[in-house]
Amino acid sequence: MTTTNKIKSQNTLAVGNLWRVLKHNKAAMVGAIVLILFFGAAIFADQIAPYDPLKTSNETFQSPSLKFLFGTDDLGRDVFSGVIHGAQTSILIGVSVALLSGLIGVFVGAIAGYAGGVWDDFLMRLTELFLIPPQFFLALIIAAPFGSSLFNIILILTITSWTTMARLVRAEVLSLKERSFVEASRAMGASPARILFHEILPNAFPLIITKMILMVGGVILLEAGLEFVGLGDASQISWGFMLHNGQHFIRDGWWIITFPSLALAALVLALNIVGDALNSALNPKTRSAYLDKPV
Amino acid sequence: MMKHFLSRFFNRLLIRRAIQSIILILLLIIINFFLIHLAPGDPVYYLAGQSGDEQYYELIRAKFGLDQPLPAQLWVYLSSVLRGDLGYSLSYQQPVSAVIFSRVPATLLLILSAITMASIGGVLLGVEAARRENSFYDRLFNTFALLGYSFPSFSIGHMLLLFFALYLGLFPAQGMMSANQDLSGISYWLDLLNHLVLPSLTLAIVQIAQIMRLTRAEMLNVLGENFITTARAKGVSERKVLYGHALRNALLPVVTIIGSDLGMLLSGAVLTETVFAYPGLGRLTLEVLAARDYPVLMGLFLLISIGVAVMNFLTDITYPLIDPRIKYSR
Repeated sequence: MTTTNKIKSQNTLAVGNLWRVLKHNKAAMVGAIVLILFFGAAIFADQIAPYDPLKTSNETFQSPSLKFLFGTDDLGRDVFSGVIHGAQTSILIGVSVALLSGLIGVFVGAIAGYAGGVWDDFLMRLTELFLIPPQFFLALIIAAPFGSSLFNIILILTITSWTTMARLVRAEVLSLKERSFVEASRAMGASPARILFHEILPNAFPLIITKMILMVGGVILLEAGLEFVGLGDASQISWGFMLHNGQHFIRDGWWIITFPSLALAALVLALNIVGDALNSALNPKTRSAYLDKPV
Repeated sequence: MMKHFLSRFFNRLLIRRAIQSIILILLLIIINFFLIHLAPGDPVYYLAGQSGDEQYYELIRAKFGLDQPLPAQLWVYLSSVLRGDLGYSLSYQQPVSAVIFSRVPATLLLILSAITMASIGGVLLGVEAARRENSFYDRLFNTFALLGYSFPSFSIGHMLLLFFALYLGLFPAQGMMSANQDLSGISYWLDLLNHLVLPSLTLAIVQIAQIMRLTRAEMLNVLGENFITTARAKGVSERKVLYGHALRNALLPVVTIIGSDLGMLLSGAVLTETVFAYPGLGRLTLEVLAARDYPVLMGLFLLISIGVAVMNFLTDITYPLIDPRIKYSR
């Protein structure tokens, strides 16, 4: 029982006390502040953005000024308002896909790792099958015929993103299930479900959360990539859509594509830094783990 | 005795991996088939493309047996794909395989030059970063790697395009060759190279970050080992210790990651080619997306997946060849 307590207290130290991690790591602190800013921009987009991001005007190709902080595009739309509202789309898709595919991944990985045998074989071959086509192409080939509404995009990215989580959780479950506190619980007659959900998964939780944070970044890049090639929800302003549209006017104004690009990179960078700091606090010996970069 | 055992082990591994890869590829073709049937609208659109007339659709319906039950259709589809028949592209008026293969050289050139740049640059930066662990340069390189990880390839491309092509005017912004110019000999190759610089640099930057970080981590591991201390104690020059003794041992994982990154490179190529209007597979992907030319899109998906599967297979079987410490348990 003491082992259980010791392991659990270590984990609370790592993730429950996010503040302690941030206090010792200036870069991660900056990353966390940037994340808060982006979330704030997404939540209060209507209050912050001075214009409607989709409203056209006859003030086209205005360079950045006090009136238009990031300039305007080919149809006179305000780029700053677009960048602020784009944060909504990116964060909405990034977070919901990371949660959904994370859940699927945890489920698949936990069953494969805990049940072993035929289940493990079947689920891992299935995972390998999904890992062969590049994520971006898989998303593209589904999005093209099925259409790319916001809902579809979330669904498609979920289908293409759960595999790395499944592998990670499987490996973690495999190692945790040999630990003595699991054996103790088994000896006390706990059911497999209880062992899995009350002993093993809570101990894998910090790792799962860290991986999810890194997944958000990867999903945001993937979504922007799809939007960039023209597969996106046109009713919704997003950074990828702004880049898709703006690339044709790259000679008319550098600001049209530069600011959405920078916003995209800054958000992903912040997610990377925070995820990396959490990861090394959890597990100082492992190499720092950046997101799987799909595009 | 030992040799005999090794060769038997290796043969079994080879056959096992080969069979696994073939099964995975078959499954991918089957998934492709179900995608065609699950997608909204008449499957004939996905087999023929959207710009055909009724007469042509009838022809395709007959060819793929669309009036027959699903298993029979699957058989027809599977056997025609396995024969190398990926269908006919209406928008290019050519067989799909011909359309795709005409674009392969451009993408291959792009990817190979990017890999070359990324391997050399990534390994050099990684070794230098490991040598000065926690120094200013180490931090600088790490920051660079983090940035490379956070910018999507098309954003990197846009930034390079804006600065080097449009602002400085050093390189052409678009295409693979200058239009309306009849070049030959050395000026032909220079023109090709001139157009190649920015797109391949874009792709390379994404890769450099990854290779650099891996090289650095592996070098730090190796530099802590006894044989390095021995070499230093014997008075071997630091340069030779780093690039001779240490790098040779640190390079194995790096080599394999370069091999297994084909999928990421191809995805990156699609987006990079879009930015620079480079006429390879990526550009083709966008063209067929716009024309709703599904046979080509499906063909691209299949060929790219097969390419990745083959590359994975090759990486898998070379792994124990390069590094005798690796053994396969399954």
